[in-house]
Amino acid sequence: MLNIENLHVNVGDKIILKGLNLQIKPGEVHAIMGPNGAGKSTLSHVLSGKAGYTVTQGKVTYAGQDLLDMDPELRAREGVFLAFQYPVEIPGVSNIYLLKAALNAIRRHQGLDEVDAMDFLTLVKDKIKLLQMDEQFLYRAVNDGFSGGEKKRNEILQAAILEPKLCILDETDSGLDIDALKVVANGVNSLRTEERSFLMITHYQRMLDYIKPDFVHVLADGKIVKSGGPELALELEAKGYQWVQEKVA
Amino acid sequence: MGGLQKYKADYQQLIAELPGQSLNWLQQLRADAYAAFSETGFPSLREEEWRYTNVSAIEKKLFSPLVSADSSTLDTAWLDTYALKDAIRIVIVNGRFCKEHSSLEGLPAAVTVSSMADALEQKPQLVEQYLAQAVGHEKHSFVAFNTAWFSDGLLVHVPAQLVLEQPIQLLHVVTQADYLATSRNIVVVEEMAQAKVIETFVGESNAYLTASVTEVFVEENAELSLYKMQSESDKAYHFGGTYVKQARHSRFKHHNFAFGSLLARNDVHTDLDVASECDLNGLYLGIKRQHIDNHTRINHLQPHAISRELYKGVLNQRARGVFQGLVFVAEDAQKTDSTMNNRNLLLSADAEADAKPQLEIYADDVKCAHGVTVGQLEDKSVFYLKSRGLDEETARNVLTFAFANEMVEKVALKDLHAMVLDQLLQRFPQEHVDKEWL
Repeated sequence: MLNIENLHVNVGDKIILKGLNLQIKPGEVHAIMGPNGAGKSTLSHVLSGKAGYTVTQGKVTYAGQDLLDMDPELRAREGVFLAFQYPVEIPGVSNIYLLKAALNAIRRHQGLDEVDAMDFLTLVKDKIKLLQMDEQFLYRAVNDGFSGGEKKRNEILQAAILEPKLCILDETDSGLDIDALKVVANGVNSLRTEERSFLMITHYQRMLDYIKPDFVHVLADGKIVKSGGPELALELEAKGYQWVQEKVA
Repeated sequence: MGGLQKYKADYQQLIAELPGQSLNWLQQLRADAYAAFSETGFPSLREEEWRYTNVSAIEKKLFSPLVSADSSTLDTAWLDTYALKDAIRIVIVNGRFCKEHSSLEGLPAAVTVSSMADALEQKPQLVEQYLAQAVGHEKHSFVAFNTAWFSDGLLVHVPAQLVLEQPIQLLHVVTQADYLATSRNIVVVEEMAQAKVIETFVGESNAYLTASVTEVFVEENAELSLYKMQSESDKAYHFGGTYVKQARHSRFKHHNFAFGSLLARNDVHTDLDVASECDLNGLYLGIKRQHIDNHTRINHLQPHAISRELYKGVLNQRARGVFQGLVFVAEDAQKTDSTMNNRNLLLSADAEADAKPQLEIYADDVKCAHGVTVGQLEDKSVFYLKSRGLDEETARNVLTFAFANEMVEKVALKDLHAMVLDQLLQRFPQEHVDKEWL
């Protein structure tokens, strides 16, 4: 599904990622944990195609294609979805419009007809219940005036409707109280299938109590310094990131 | 003969045909205005109020009210697209009332809606009570020009206590090339009354000049929503002034859409009495070489009044938008609450926005805020939409449209909302805009 080899990334003159390797197979859930400044968000931005990052070495292959060579919209249409750490507020553009436009862009790319208006509404209303959101959200401007928890739920709602192949969750748990976290995690868990892969980027172990990963990686100073099963997250929680960083040093 | 001389020479021929010949007070008013205009001529860039807008073209082009205007060629199907179905409608074609296309059906007997020429015949005292009362202090030479030259116009008078649900549309149409259309309009909403009035300015695809002044009186605890949709021909010149006097506890909402014309200048001035409220909204769209100048002045003259103002501009290609907004707070106007905002979106490197908000405050216990932005679409917003599969062009168009549509969404009248939206989409500064985005 996703193969990252020896990825080096600069932001301006600053070197952020220094040879990152990661392989994700269909249906797997990977968690990347790490201290602030380790390069977690840089990784999610590079994978989604945000401008401002220079790849100096290495490559990323997604479903057999060179991901770094694809425009952001093409990545989205090919099934890569990024749930933003800070979802952008877009006044004047309604949630329902964005959902429909995005779904149709993907369907057109797949050679399918645009979605029927009634079918779409049924689909959206079904998914919105899953995230315990009010239908009013559909008619409000995208993230405009939403609370932190509402924004994160809205990201997962988009994923639920767009049905990506690879879902990158960038710090989806930060800023959520425990109730909101349970709702979001429940939404994510309902999206898990044999084919769909997840890359969860998080600073806190807490989310992994609710979304069980298959693999946990520790990112420090631009590289993955340790990989393991879910138990690694607990060990990290107990000993702190310093433990890993010291081991590396 | 120089441009100004030609306008004056035309006036000498025109004067005998202007309405209100038998009214001495009006003759005097016109004579004074003519003298004032003769002294100053059209405004020049040297005047602070006109520093961004060069009007010398109208002296060179020699627009004339003497061009024999033939309204029999009026394309009624085209005109119909601008007629609001649910409204009482008064149509002015080439500066004169056109009964044929007007409709007063449903108008309560107590409400006066008539052409200015008829009003001067039938209700001269009513006109005298209001004419030039809201512009008395204006030194604006276009106001003097309009007072001297106006050939017709409209009078709307809503008596005290009457709540008029049906909107009134004043539709100004120019069909004649090189025509000078001068209309003078008065809207009076008496104590406790409520009304909705829509001014629409349209023209067939010629060069012409519209110079229109509307005086508005919102009396004690009355409410007026006044909409202006300017969709003049893309070769036209439009000078429109809206001068408002608000009494105690009155509410005035203005929605100013500037879509058409080659060069447009809007002046909106309001005087606020105790605890009155005004809400000024504006949207200007500029493409090609359009120049759109908005000038607003809010005078807080007494305590406890509230003013809200938001003007937005979208400018593409070589278009230029100007916003000069002044909030004046007199010494007595304590507890004034005022916000003024101007937001401009520039879509090309050659587009220009000049924004000049000003506060002039003489009271010491007031809340006044103002803000201006001139910029492009935010990269993070474009990226967010692209990350959901939208292509770059669609993402930019959606965001631009959303920026402009905020002002359209404020239109509470259904038919008008549809018409404004249609105009917005027709003249949108970018291509491939989809109605489905709503």
